[in-house]
Amino acid sequence: MTVTGYLPYAAAVWVFMIGLFGIVTSRNLIHLITCLSVVQSATYILILAVGYRTGAAAPVFADQPVNTPAVDPVVHALALTDIVVAATVTALLVALTMQVYAERGTLDPNELRPMRD
Amino acid sequence: MNARARTLLFLASGALAAALLLWGTAGLPGFGRYPGPYGDIINAVALSERHVTNLPTAVIFDYRGFDTLGEEYILFTSVTILSVILRKREGPPEPSGAWGGFSEPIAWAGWLLSGVTGVFGLYTILHGQLTPGGGFHGGVILASLFLLIFLAYEARVFLRIFPKTALEALEALGAGGYVLVGLAPLLSGRGFLTNVLPLGQLGDIRAGGTIALINAFVGVEVAAAFALLVTEFIAEIEQKEARP
Repeated sequence: MTVTGYLPYAAAVWVFMIGLFGIVTSRNLIHLITCLSVVQSATYILILAVGYRTGAAAPVFADQPVNTPAVDPVVHALALTDIVVAATVTALLVALTMQVYAERGTLDPNELRPMRD
Repeated sequence: MNARARTLLFLASGALAAALLLWGTAGLPGFGRYPGPYGDIINAVALSERHVTNLPTAVIFDYRGFDTLGEEYILFTSVTILSVILRKREGPPEPSGAWGGFSEPIAWAGWLLSGVTGVFGLYTILHGQLTPGGGFHGGVILASLFLLIFLAYEARVFLRIFPKTALEALEALGAGGYVLVGLAPLLSGRGFLTNVLPLGQLGDIRAGGTIALINAFVGVEVAAAFALLVTEFIAEIEQKEARP
């Protein structure tokens, strides 16, 4: 129960909050999307940290004996799902941003007001 | 609300949220002390049960195959939505491909890298059961081949090699193939996505039964989906350039 045993989780929280701070203070929608990606990368750190075992190898047995202690492959699969979702969210948001810029001529979220027509 | 007040509000509520998150993670076992049991079970049984050596692939395309089907359709749906969002405006319905034509060093880099990237993408897809990689990773690498061709020549060449209808058909093939592989076992009275094919030799590129097949379908789907994304964005920018 040492403090260092929890540093990776603290790092995930830190990355999450710093991304959120970027989203809140953002002045540009592209910058905002990048900040959202930062928030999402916090989840990768957390997921992979949960499945880690000190001294264990990667769960790939192509070049190591079958009984080698390995980390959890389930969280690796989850992280992959996470990354795919992040990529699709980013692509959709970029498309929406292009539409916003075409309609309103600005990328600053502060200058966007509710549409009246 | 002005920017300053918003930042202050965030700092106050953010500190609270951070404290909550830290408190939440404090209940987890310490870093490096993974308690199991799921990962340990997979590590113990997957090699003999599925004959694959890259266990995340076994989890994704077999043990958790139903989830991954949903994941693949997230990608499929978002590409569909994206083309709907981007295609509502006037202008030529199909991109003419005049946009592009970059400086010579960039074109050379794209030209030199495209062959290597294509081979590496295919390698990553096909060896997904053996070494780190698989349909998702390799599909994205393969899709960057399309971007490199775009950089090396111009959008027109890219669209001539990969017409949009062909990309759409490939994407549908990848997405539908996964479902068909899942449905096939139903004919013999077994469950959806049961691994019915012969498992092959451990460490062989054809090993894993349906894992290898699903992996290939996902690779096709992901590569075509990302290539379609690129085409949609190129068409959008092109229309913008063409408008006065």
